[in-house]
Amino acid sequence: MPLLWLFLLVLAIAAGAFVLARTRVLTLSGQDRRSLHSLPIYYGSNAAMKSAVPALLMLVLWLLAQPFYVNKTVSDMIPDSAIVESSSRNLVLAEVRRAADGLDLAVSTGGMTEDEARNMQADISDVTTRLSDAGAILTSEITRPVLRAAQQFRVLNSTGYNIMSVMVLLIAAAGALWGIRETKPDFRARNVVEQGIRALLIAAASIAILTTLGIVLSLVFNTIEFFRLYPASEFFFGTNWAPSFSGRGGASDLGILPLLWGTFYISIVALIVAVPIGLFAAIYLSEYAGPKVRAFAKPMLEVLAGIPTIVYGLFALLTVGPLLVRVFGDDGLGWMQAGTAVMTAGLVMGIMLIPFVSSLSDDIINAVPQSMRDGSYGLGATQSETIRQVVLPAALPGIVGAILLAASRAIGETMIVVLGAGAAARLSLNPFDAMTTVTAKIVSQLTGDSDFASPEALVAFALGMTLFVITLGLNVFALYIVRKYREQYE
Amino acid sequence: MYDIPHHTQETAVTDVKIKAKDVQVYYGDNHAIKDVSVEIDNNTVTAFIGPSGCGKSTFLRCLNRMNDTIDICRVEGDILIDGDDIYDKRVDPVQLRAKVGMVFQKPNPFPKSIYDNIAYGPRIHGMARNKAELDDIVERALRRGAIWDEVKDRLQAPGTGLSGGQQQRLCIARAVATEPEVLLMDEPCSALDPIATAQVEELIDELRQNYAVVIVTHSMQQAARVSQKTAFFHLGNLVEYDDTSKIFTNPEDSRTESYITGRIG
Amino acid sequence: MTDASMNSVPVKGSLTTLDARTKKRNAAEKRFKAYGLVAIMIGLFFLVVLAVSILRSGIPAFTQAEVRVEFTLTQAQFDEAESQMLKTKAYENLFIAALQSQLEERSLDVTFDPAAIERLLGKTGSTIREYFRDSPDQIGSTVTFNLAASSRVDGYFKGRVSRDTVVDSRFLKVTDLDLVDALVDAGIVVTAFNWNFLTGSDSGVDNPGGAGIGVSVIGSFFMMLVVLALSLPIGVAASIYLEEFAPQNWFTDLIEVNISNLAAVPSIVFGILGLAVFIQFMHLPQSAPLVGGLVLTLMTLPTIIISTRASLKSVPPSIREAALGVGASKMQTVFHHVLPLAAPGILTGTIIGLAQALGETAPLLLIGMVGFIARAYPEGVVSGFIDPNSAMPAQIYTWASRADPGFYEKAWGGIIILLMFLLTMNIIAIILRRRFERRW
Repeated sequence: MPLLWLFLLVLAIAAGAFVLARTRVLTLSGQDRRSLHSLPIYYGSNAAMKSAVPALLMLVLWLLAQPFYVNKTVSDMIPDSAIVESSSRNLVLAEVRRAADGLDLAVSTGGMTEDEARNMQADISDVTTRLSDAGAILTSEITRPVLRAAQQFRVLNSTGYNIMSVMVLLIAAAGALWGIRETKPDFRARNVVEQGIRALLIAAASIAILTTLGIVLSLVFNTIEFFRLYPASEFFFGTNWAPSFSGRGGASDLGILPLLWGTFYISIVALIVAVPIGLFAAIYLSEYAGPKVRAFAKPMLEVLAGIPTIVYGLFALLTVGPLLVRVFGDDGLGWMQAGTAVMTAGLVMGIMLIPFVSSLSDDIINAVPQSMRDGSYGLGATQSETIRQVVLPAALPGIVGAILLAASRAIGETMIVVLGAGAAARLSLNPFDAMTTVTAKIVSQLTGDSDFASPEALVAFALGMTLFVITLGLNVFALYIVRKYREQYE
Repeated sequence: MYDIPHHTQETAVTDVKIKAKDVQVYYGDNHAIKDVSVEIDNNTVTAFIGPSGCGKSTFLRCLNRMNDTIDICRVEGDILIDGDDIYDKRVDPVQLRAKVGMVFQKPNPFPKSIYDNIAYGPRIHGMARNKAELDDIVERALRRGAIWDEVKDRLQAPGTGLSGGQQQRLCIARAVATEPEVLLMDEPCSALDPIATAQVEELIDELRQNYAVVIVTHSMQQAARVSQKTAFFHLGNLVEYDDTSKIFTNPEDSRTESYITGRIG
Repeated sequence: MTDASMNSVPVKGSLTTLDARTKKRNAAEKRFKAYGLVAIMIGLFFLVVLAVSILRSGIPAFTQAEVRVEFTLTQAQFDEAESQMLKTKAYENLFIAALQSQLEERSLDVTFDPAAIERLLGKTGSTIREYFRDSPDQIGSTVTFNLAASSRVDGYFKGRVSRDTVVDSRFLKVTDLDLVDALVDAGIVVTAFNWNFLTGSDSGVDNPGGAGIGVSVIGSFFMMLVVLALSLPIGVAASIYLEEFAPQNWFTDLIEVNISNLAAVPSIVFGILGLAVFIQFMHLPQSAPLVGGLVLTLMTLPTIIISTRASLKSVPPSIREAALGVGASKMQTVFHHVLPLAAPGILTGTIIGLAQALGETAPLLLIGMVGFIARAYPEGVVSGFIDPNSAMPAQIYTWASRADPGFYEKAWGGIIILLMFLLTMNIIAIILRRRFERRW
């Protein structure tokens, strides 16, 4: 793990700088701490900061940039002729990487000398078997261009890492020197260190932006890649979902409509379960329940929200599904073929959403001012009349927002539908049919062994993009409504 | 302008509408109202005055059992309206509140249209057989609330869009719409500007032709302007209760005098 | 009054008698209240059903039918067996003889063929051979072997397999059950606590009996270390910036909007992010707890930031003013006074965020933690982070999606363990909150 060592080395340099700077300022001041501008620890921290931060920044940037450069160079090495029909440059590049990994493996297990791995050009037929013997995973026979690219790939990478190590250590040392040199008793070390800490705080806060950016970029790039291989109109308007498992063939039908239908159907069933129960529970808890009932029932309901979704998934698959089959299956009403169905997943998801709806609605109902209730009671309204005709209409926007948030949660839910809804993509109205959803298909398309460059895998990113846009839209809209609603009563 | 017959001010009938005897109110362990006995006349404006926290609002809220909505509140003693004990087990507070309307400190129109605000009470009490009747009730209530002319062209506009004074008159009209016999007003002008206050005060004076009006107020001037009888509360006790003119000119209790003259409060 | 008031219904009787309308309205009131109560009951009912089905289906995973056989191997037998061609076969024959004699001791006469023993107990010969080769000093003394019964036999004890439903297969024959019953009568088969389930590793797809959750617990543990090490400092730093330093400008707004939206992004999308960025782009190892931890960190950060900000906000401004008043810098004020006072709240929020991350499954599916069979414990700390492993929820999912129903029991059992971890974390959070909660 040379990276770890490099990292530790940088930290060691920083620690050294800390000690030196601290000693230096104390010596310069003649051990008189009062003559210093800042506490000695700040002088040390300043030097340590100047040594470690730029070096580590460099390390991260280099690690991010190097694969780009290497990929670009290697990609240019591969002639167009080496790219077989029905394949793509990306697939060949993936093969190159695998070959390079294989060479590494072969060297480390002793199946090959370093020199051989670098320069071997002859007996190309032999390479594949030797790499396989060493335990490398190769999908096909290695061709000459691939081997040459793989060798270049290894060379570039190892030189890159070497240069990087030297650069990083140099920067760390230079930073340490700089920090130690500027250490004088009247140097405003505290202010500088605090500026640095502030910058770190800002960086930490910016991670939220980076995460969103990462999500958007990874979705967008792969989606564009997918639409290059598969027409967008067929994806958005296709009514058939039938990916071919062989991969790379053009035989796949990848229409999103059956998946969207399954997603919305299951979400609607879930909301039909969760909204009335959650809303009435919230009304009871906030308007009727005594403190004791509230203290018991509220946390109990919230336990439902704390249970991981995998538990609900298993509950759907192994408990609710068989139960429904007993009632609606061939022995009962004959509507249901198997335990996995829209009803199963929807019902269980509804249970999961009950506390979500109830706690959000509870907050919102509590935000309706008491004066509104008083006004109604003062006119001789009963409590239920007050709730139905005054409190609920007043809280309506907030409750709609809460329901939208619940809907977005239902649409994005994965484990329950993966385990409980079935795998068949179909456009059917029968809630006892097995259907599948966008999230379930993202999982199934990305967990197989298919290559990331094939349309069958890339479609998952287009599905993810659709999911992201829908849920984001719902969330933004819902949060907007809820915020407007709260402002109204503040 | 108004379709209610004008009586002359002096001929108000003075039969007793509400009779309270030895009323005690507790908030948990706090004894908020002590031994209050009072008789409130029909067709009269009765003002409750006193420093903040003296229990005047609490006592007012006992008169239509609004305190029921507070869990820790306990009321003892007798309060009779037309001879019926309102804390009797058989009395439904819902029925009581239809008979004893209430207007609150802060205007609290429902987030509905002006029409629906007024129609809410009549609807829940089933006072109209059809739409025409309801329209009629709404118009009558708005006229009595002295706000008809300002809102008659925009009955479907939201009640929350009115100005503060209009909102409060809307709330009064809303209370009037259920045909109560008593109107309780808890500092109805404290959130209003002077002009709106004047309009509401004028309205209160007109309302006493039909109702017994009880008003809690912070402002002694207001009590003097609108009420015929005044009760002075201090630390949960009813200190003095008499004609307004007597209270303000010749109080019997020294505490009343101190309050009137601004030494306590 | 006008005529209009005459046709309305102002006839008000005595307050003490309820009119018909009020009765109707009160009935509606009762009904409405009942709906609320029913809704709560339904919610609680679901909770109970969930708890009961978890416990009922999961508890059997913690027990295992074992065959307890006393066995003595002499040096001569050992030498002879080692000299044979089919060594394990020889041991098996010795074992069967021992079993036979034990049955005879208890005066039970059952005939069985060696194949039945193999169906019941798997390859006994190799187990015994390995034991004696590893500890030759035990040769000659009496050793008690506790051999786990096969999953079908185990299922027979737990009611999953019954005589009516069993059909002859290469795994189990109906006649084997006679032998099992005889062994039970002889007290040779006992039900014991299944330690292997707690400490063991995942088994192959055809051996549900041997599957254990131990290795994936370690996987989850390393993942949580990553989450804790990253999300706590980053989350606290981000919260401090937003709560104490951030000016009102577009950049701050952008961060705020991003945080509130990330909190609601479906977890599977974080999985896609992890796959695309950490694995495709950065070439970090697949199925590694490090990658899982990174993804879960990004997912939990918004939760931690939101709760940390709430606890920073609850520290009254007077504390800050006091510190600034004695000449502390803004940074010193925050780190010396505000942060320590907010620490219990931050810790509580972090534990709850960790608990959430611990139970999360969907993102782990995409970074390859499912489908990987966690067979061995990691060899060291570094390997714990970067070697492929599973995690508790991923392991449960793996079991749930296997064909053999024997694994379902393991999945439920795994859920009990997962929920116990979550429960412990939440209880710690509640205790912390109770203990250190400060009212200003």
